[in-house]
Amino acid sequence: MIKNISNLGDAALYCDFGNDVNREINLNVIQFFKNIKKSNIPGITNITPSYNKLIISFDLSITSFDKIKTEVEQLNFKNEIVNEGNLIKIPVCCDNDFALDIKRLEKLLNLEKEEIYKKFFSKKYYCYMTGFIAGMPFLGDLDGSLHARRLDTPRVKVPKNSIGLTEQFCNIYTFESPGGWNIIGKTPLDIFDNKNNTSPNLINPGDTISFFQISKSEFEKKYG
Amino acid sequence: MAENYFEVLRSGINTTFQDNGRKNYYHIGIPFSGAMDNRNFVIANAISNNKKNSPVIEFALQGPKLRYKGDKVYFNVTGDVNFQILRKNKIEEGVCYQNLVLENNDCLDLISTNRSVYGYLSINASFKIDFYLDSYSVNTKAEIGANNGKILQKNQIIKIENITKKYSLNKLDYINSKIENIRVIKGPHFDYFSKTAKELFFKEKFRITKLTDRMGIRLDGPKIENIKYTNIKSEGLVKGTIQITADGDPIVMLSDHGTIGGYPKIGVVISADYDKLVQIPPGSKIKFKEINLKDAETIYKLYEMETRNLISKIK
Repeated sequence: MIKNISNLGDAALYCDFGNDVNREINLNVIQFFKNIKKSNIPGITNITPSYNKLIISFDLSITSFDKIKTEVEQLNFKNEIVNEGNLIKIPVCCDNDFALDIKRLEKLLNLEKEEIYKKFFSKKYYCYMTGFIAGMPFLGDLDGSLHARRLDTPRVKVPKNSIGLTEQFCNIYTFESPGGWNIIGKTPLDIFDNKNNTSPNLINPGDTISFFQISKSEFEKKYG
Repeated sequence: MAENYFEVLRSGINTTFQDNGRKNYYHIGIPFSGAMDNRNFVIANAISNNKKNSPVIEFALQGPKLRYKGDKVYFNVTGDVNFQILRKNKIEEGVCYQNLVLENNDCLDLISTNRSVYGYLSINASFKIDFYLDSYSVNTKAEIGANNGKILQKNQIIKIENITKKYSLNKLDYINSKIENIRVIKGPHFDYFSKTAKELFFKEKFRITKLTDRMGIRLDGPKIENIKYTNIKSEGLVKGTIQITADGDPIVMLSDHGTIGGYPKIGVVISADYDKLVQIPPGSKIKFKEINLKDAETIYKLYEMETRNLISKIK
């Protein structure tokens, strides 16, 4: 549960759930996020869950830090089990044209690329949060043998739909963006659909993701 | 006339449609966006007698040049903007904060902003543009909002409808004041920095670099030494957050910022100073001044009251 609530500037609450990154703490954050969303406290403009923090932004012309803090503290949440989220399957093409950093990883992890992919595709991943850029999911945890540091010099442009690894996490670049994660492949699926006006995100916090490998010809046919 | 529209002869720098922004999408990675300088946005709509949250055209440093086709329409420009209206064979110097007229074939040249960054163009009519996730605001990173989420392009057409026939010579005497001191509330990672760094942060000046846009301001000045961790586990951000990069440089998150970030937060700019901060052009120097939450809240109330007063003075 929340260990401490402080202010982040004059128009947000900074709710601290601790320093560890694990599924249990994160499920708490997500549960809190969903409950606050449901409570419709006037003046709240955004709620941002992450690994172990929840930031609640509010409109300072309507309410204030003290008011929102009191209201949040008074909310009496039932200890319901969080909905485990959806299982979403994501196709990935690992052709050399897309796996920009596979050679670097082979060296860094001291593994052949076949082993890297075998380990990567054999696990299911949990979505801790989405954001930074629209729809980008932060997924974990990777097998211990796949933990690699970021690129020493981040790329100015990571191609859209690239799959990247760093430390215990993996993610999908939903848009072309600067970034320093190790790129191992690309999905033909649009993870953020900017034509969808109601729920543009394919992956949401709390969801489970399983990746599966496809060939280049399947990729080109826009798999699925 | 059948159709009313602007033809874009020059797009200007980073010219976008903006309204009040979109709420409740941080958790899927979509920031507020919206007009950077909210006060000038609100005043522009008030002079136009538009609804409070009507979309306007925002431009940065250099504005667009637009040819108007259609029935007579009224418009106003807010900010500190140097502009001209080219009519048949004469050039008229533009005056900010008052309703002016455009007739068929007139050309509106929003030349530049003076010692500031953002200017606003509002019309006594509506732009025929698309709405996405509760807002018209363009977010070029996610490619959402009006104009397919893109900045204005040369030669494109901006359709206009619902032209107000009734003209009112709305006018406001207002000069945008400039500030150098930006007030800041300490952030959750303030103690990640050395004693000297904390002193430097509130004592020295920082220069706004050219790496500055709707997403953020990158500052240049004394290095802020981190004595704990230069990276944190990524967490949410709000506009005005000042993060210190691993290199020791401050970056200030602005309206189109990434919704989560992994650098420690040394502080957050107070809401009342945000509109003025975004208007300080690259190359200028700023200084941070520490303030507590209670004072920041009081100052915001005063700032809002001042904006309301300005609107009541429009006549």
